[in-house]
Amino acid sequence: MKKSFRYGLAALLAAPLFAGSAMAQSSIRIGLAEDPDVLDPTLARTYVGRIVFASICDKLFDIDEKLNVVPQLALSHETSADGKTVTIKLRPGVKFHDGEPLDAAAVKFSLDRHRTMNGSFRRSELSQVDSVDVVDPTTIRINLKSPFSPLIAQLTDRAGMMVSPKAAQEAGDRFGQKPVCAGPYKFVERVQQDRIVVEKFADYWDKANVHIDRITYVPITDSTVRLANLKSGQLDLIERALATDIKDIRATRGLKLATASELGYQGITINTGKGDAAKGPLGSDARVRQAFEAAIDREALVQVVFNGEFKPGNQWVNPENSFYQKSVPVPKRDIAKAKKLLADAGVKTPVTVDFMVPNNPETRQVAEVVQAMTAEAGFDVKIRVTEFATSLKEAEAGNFQAYMLAWSGRTDPDGNIQTFAYTGAPNNYSAYSNKDVDAALDEGRTKNAMPERMAAYKRAAEQLAKDVPIVYLYHRLVIIAHRDRIEGYRQMPDGLVRVVGLKIKG
Amino acid sequence: MLLLIARRLMQLIPTVIIVSMMIFGLQQLLPGDPATIMAGEERDPEVIEQIRKQYRLDQPIPVQYVYWIKGVVTGDLGESMRLKEPVSTLVAQKLPVTLQLATMAMIIAIFIGVPAGIVSAVKKGTVWDYVVNVISLWGISTPNFWLGILLIFLFSVHLGWLPASGYVSPFVDPWQSLKTTIMPAFVLGNSIAGVLMRHTRAAMLQALSSDYVRTARAKGLNENRVILAHAMRNALTPVITLGALEFGTLLSGAVLTEQIFTIPGFGKLIVDAVFNRDYAVVQGVVLVTSATYILLNLLADLGYILVNPRLRP
Repeated sequence: MKKSFRYGLAALLAAPLFAGSAMAQSSIRIGLAEDPDVLDPTLARTYVGRIVFASICDKLFDIDEKLNVVPQLALSHETSADGKTVTIKLRPGVKFHDGEPLDAAAVKFSLDRHRTMNGSFRRSELSQVDSVDVVDPTTIRINLKSPFSPLIAQLTDRAGMMVSPKAAQEAGDRFGQKPVCAGPYKFVERVQQDRIVVEKFADYWDKANVHIDRITYVPITDSTVRLANLKSGQLDLIERALATDIKDIRATRGLKLATASELGYQGITINTGKGDAAKGPLGSDARVRQAFEAAIDREALVQVVFNGEFKPGNQWVNPENSFYQKSVPVPKRDIAKAKKLLADAGVKTPVTVDFMVPNNPETRQVAEVVQAMTAEAGFDVKIRVTEFATSLKEAEAGNFQAYMLAWSGRTDPDGNIQTFAYTGAPNNYSAYSNKDVDAALDEGRTKNAMPERMAAYKRAAEQLAKDVPIVYLYHRLVIIAHRDRIEGYRQMPDGLVRVVGLKIKG
Repeated sequence: MLLLIARRLMQLIPTVIIVSMMIFGLQQLLPGDPATIMAGEERDPEVIEQIRKQYRLDQPIPVQYVYWIKGVVTGDLGESMRLKEPVSTLVAQKLPVTLQLATMAMIIAIFIGVPAGIVSAVKKGTVWDYVVNVISLWGISTPNFWLGILLIFLFSVHLGWLPASGYVSPFVDPWQSLKTTIMPAFVLGNSIAGVLMRHTRAAMLQALSSDYVRTARAKGLNENRVILAHAMRNALTPVITLGALEFGTLLSGAVLTEQIFTIPGFGKLIVDAVFNRDYAVVQGVVLVTSATYILLNLLADLGYILVNPRLRP
């Protein structure tokens, strides 16, 4: 009797324990390669920040694996015949994390905030927007200054993220300390450089597909340590694993790999028009630049430095992209051609090149391979390793002849080329200027139909291949590794980690 | 004694002012423009201009300094450009972490370094001396990041005993806190232990050959007492100096170790701030660290007086 009473008591005491574990919250930990900057879609500027936004801030549109635009907070869009107005239908009944309704007025508020807020980094992305009208509670009309086909693609990123007007007005430029959006997860807390915690939003519009209760983002800068944390089970998913670790990840039981070709590129920008540095043979003669490009074996380069995991490329979009121009294929290495071009240009060899390279182990290695390859054709490349912030300053001042520069990439091809090759554009470090290219790029962003845009970009690609202001080298692979207890992970080309649809096995 | 402390504290003020000017001036020498870095990939000229205005980067440097120091006096260390958070909040978040790590590292260093130094001096020329010397040389010459990664692979990946990274406050969960900080503290303590051992050994050798030790032995004192009460007490002065200096260095953040173990301390904060040219954060952290450093030196001076009565006023 006494004994059974004791068992009964034990069972009673243990009951809450079991109930607790049955109802235990499911949670995962995601390892980030850097600590994100401010979590305000208007003021944010880092790539890593977008990974966190993917769980807290939904956008008007999203992309799928093939870069097609798919609805998210918006249901559809329609562009007028003259291309100057875009009407967007919104998903009805959507709520922000603070319970406020996401209606046309709220969308207008967010778009206007992106366009006009002091220090907004979305301003240039939406610079073609003249005004936003509320047509009815679920319809908005965007009036453009001139036709701008990349608009919808811009709305698949931060410019398309909607913030709660009430919370944004109350918090002002401190909104990023406690962002209130309409994503599947709501912000809980952040300790700088330690963690960002988000939890499932009960009123999310697609809540049936949200299966994990809590996500913790942990910034771990060292990639070896990030991987070690994944192996030891401290993390469930890591972003930006190294190409050289792919073999190891594949060989490790319990780990899975998800990859996609990046939207951006790695390339060498050549100074063709800024300051004295541009006056050397490389900057002043397109044949010398062609020779430089002909001396590079891109296939060998990615084999040597990245175990062949990255993809050689020669344009601002990767060869799998629908905007890739097949009429300008990736050139094979041709030393004889390079030597002939140098001879035709009548330059004295070796042609010295001041090559500025931002300081990181991978780019340094790439630079050394380029140095060795081009030496065979008659170039004497002098690598100048420079800290990144300093290199930007130097590039702006024109203090370089060649500059290794990466671009994280945009959904629409316009975002990968206009700012680099258009006369006087902000990222045109080459100081390149060509009227035909300018006209083609203008056409590429104002025409709406795919064949017309393709024709415009074909003209630009052919001209740029002759002038070579940028030697495109390769496209990185987005490499995500996760533990196999996570199911349903799909990698999109933008490299972001989408958490809707993720499940924990068992 | 109190007068001495008061006088030293008064000296602190001009030192901190000079340090603050130097921090401000020196980082202006860094190439690269904070507004451009802030603008990220887009580099919209109008936005860059707005940032310059907002953070007064368009004003002459002395004017910027006056604005900053005015804020500092009223307890406002400015705002991080990158994170849009007050620098004082960031410092308050990181200082306890760095203090905990530094204290644990120092304890480990002292517990290894000082006894090892004494043993090596007392047993000079024996196998013990060589063994201790080799171990200390290993401690000094092992790079922290390498030892850190080795420990992670051994204790986290293979044995699964300790978490590979992260930080838990001792006020939240003391046991978990110890588990997350023991590896980084050991890595940091290990390299300092080597240095401490060498200095203790040298100071002990000098003390052991001095007249008062010979006298103590001649008086027939027990050898342990000669070593611990007579020789060691005198040998501690240089060790205290070194300990305070090393502790001060630890407080400015152990960049690589914090990076590897993902400890959110001063080191990571300041490195990120430097690379992003987040001036307010760099200034705030360096100011707090240098003030702490100066205070530690003061404590070391007081420490000398405690162990060495001849220095008492």
